[in-house]
Amino acid sequence: METNIDELKKMANLIRKDIIKTGRDCAVGVHLGGNLTIAEIMAVLFFGVAHLDPDNVTWKDRDRIILSKGHGNVALSSAMARLGFFNLEELEHFDTFNSMLSMHIDKHRMPGVEISSGSLGHGLSIAVGAAIGAKIDRADWKVYCIISDGELMEGSTWEAIMSAGHFHLDNLTVILDRNRFTIEGDTEENLALEPLNEKFNSFNWFVLEVDGHDVEALVEAFDTPTLEHKPKMIIANTVKGRGIPSLEGKASSHFFKISEEEANEALDRIQSA
Amino acid sequence: MTDMNQTQSPFVGLASRQAFGEVIVELAEKNDAIVAVTADLTGSVKLSAFKAAFPNRFINFGVAEQNMMGAAAGLTLADKIPFVCTYAVFSSMRACEQMRTDVAYNDLPVKIVASHGGISFGVAGATHQAIEDIGIHRGIAGMTVLVPADAVETASIVRAVVDLPGPVYVRLNRIKEKTVYSHEFDYHIGKPDLIRVGEDVLLIATGAQVGESMDAAQMLSAEGVEAGVLNISSIKPIDQAAVVEILKDYPAVMTIEQHNIINGLGSMVAEIIAENNLDIRFLRHGLRDVFTTSGPYRELLEYYQLDPQGIHDMALRLLD
Repeated sequence: METNIDELKKMANLIRKDIIKTGRDCAVGVHLGGNLTIAEIMAVLFFGVAHLDPDNVTWKDRDRIILSKGHGNVALSSAMARLGFFNLEELEHFDTFNSMLSMHIDKHRMPGVEISSGSLGHGLSIAVGAAIGAKIDRADWKVYCIISDGELMEGSTWEAIMSAGHFHLDNLTVILDRNRFTIEGDTEENLALEPLNEKFNSFNWFVLEVDGHDVEALVEAFDTPTLEHKPKMIIANTVKGRGIPSLEGKASSHFFKISEEEANEALDRIQSA
Repeated sequence: MTDMNQTQSPFVGLASRQAFGEVIVELAEKNDAIVAVTADLTGSVKLSAFKAAFPNRFINFGVAEQNMMGAAAGLTLADKIPFVCTYAVFSSMRACEQMRTDVAYNDLPVKIVASHGGISFGVAGATHQAIEDIGIHRGIAGMTVLVPADAVETASIVRAVVDLPGPVYVRLNRIKEKTVYSHEFDYHIGKPDLIRVGEDVLLIATGAQVGESMDAAQMLSAEGVEAGVLNISSIKPIDQAAVVEILKDYPAVMTIEQHNIINGLGSMVAEIIAENNLDIRFLRHGLRDVFTTSGPYRELLEYYQLDPQGIHDMALRLLD
């Protein structure tokens, strides 16, 4: 797929602005911190990497994208809406009663999404199953799964990591949103995850580490072929709350409704960037 | 329920899990989408023949039930029909949230066929006996819960669930259940099956307890007490009106199950009786909110009064 880096950067900015606007206009609050981390990842994945057809959501050969960190649904919703899965105006009703889009993903309300998610530590197993399914059929489609670093504290995630290496799932790419925070704070203080690179390597994954806000680096990581039929882990180092200076790198950016003033300031900054 | 043919089923006398192991191979020959997954229990859940016949459609996830259940959900994204097979105690509890959130919430066509239900793995003790599983699955929206009485009903049920669009839980046993059905039939999910008519008391049973209850009914009959026996293998959904219609003919009813009397068949029947204002003597019989001890299966049945003698005694106590 031909990738235009500038277009992807613009798309990442649009997604980031959608997240901030939703954080301002939502009913109760959104997971701002952990949505702003994945604006670039979503832009690159949906507009530069994955093969999808919003007009045919059951297309057999579509790539499967699984957002395991279901609280990242604002970023996902923005990317999917902008690709044409549904109307962008749906974001204005985010989290209102019975709305299409909500804090966590509900497949029954959200057209085109592969799976409902929200509880941590589930998505990677689902991605493993999908990747095995593709292998059984010798199909060419790929599986992409976005996980949070907090999910690495769930034992089920490690069961999935172990199995993906064991089954040589080279059709599976995982993007780890390594923002270093759970609700309570620094992952390394809560339950130390490092050294992650070595851990994934020892579980027979092909590991790449990039700046998760660097569109060019992300594209390159997606494009880099894996070795020895290993599943690919892209450790995307990100900044929680990226784009809103007062929130950046703070655990307190996890979940809330942003003030009109702060949101508009952040939007202006992105506009002029 | 009508016999499909007059030939006796080849599954008569087998354990339910053995019948499953044969039927899934037969179904998979006709349907490429069927895959089977387990967690290090291929032989125990009778998937060895499937593994040999379809090595590419068989996945052993190792001792990792949560990943297995989540992956089963994922296999449906590749348009597969996954059969998830492990012990009932593990699929219902170790992988509970994956079963509930990944499989049921997403309304996926995952078939959980769990073996070693109830106290059928007697010697293994409480860690390996499943006496909460019916209640767990019954409480999950959209989950179909089926507990066949014997190997023949198992075969009929497995054939009936393959094309179900949503999730299903089928509870099988380790032991050879007493034979209840000799001929396979078109299984109708939701329908209770009155397999013996009486007038003094109705024994409502599920799973292996159906055969035990039939023998208990014979013992009662010898003493002049005529017991009807109702097989409720479809715990959910259940045709409530059909159950009420049968209950109306009886002055007393007792449920019999290899499950905690809380949340299982007994609770389900109690709900029907209460909501339909039926004036009927009622007793739930099963495991009385205890963790079971270990021992050979039939000795355990006797200890917990789930053998024919025990069921007979409980029925007389109800009628006393």
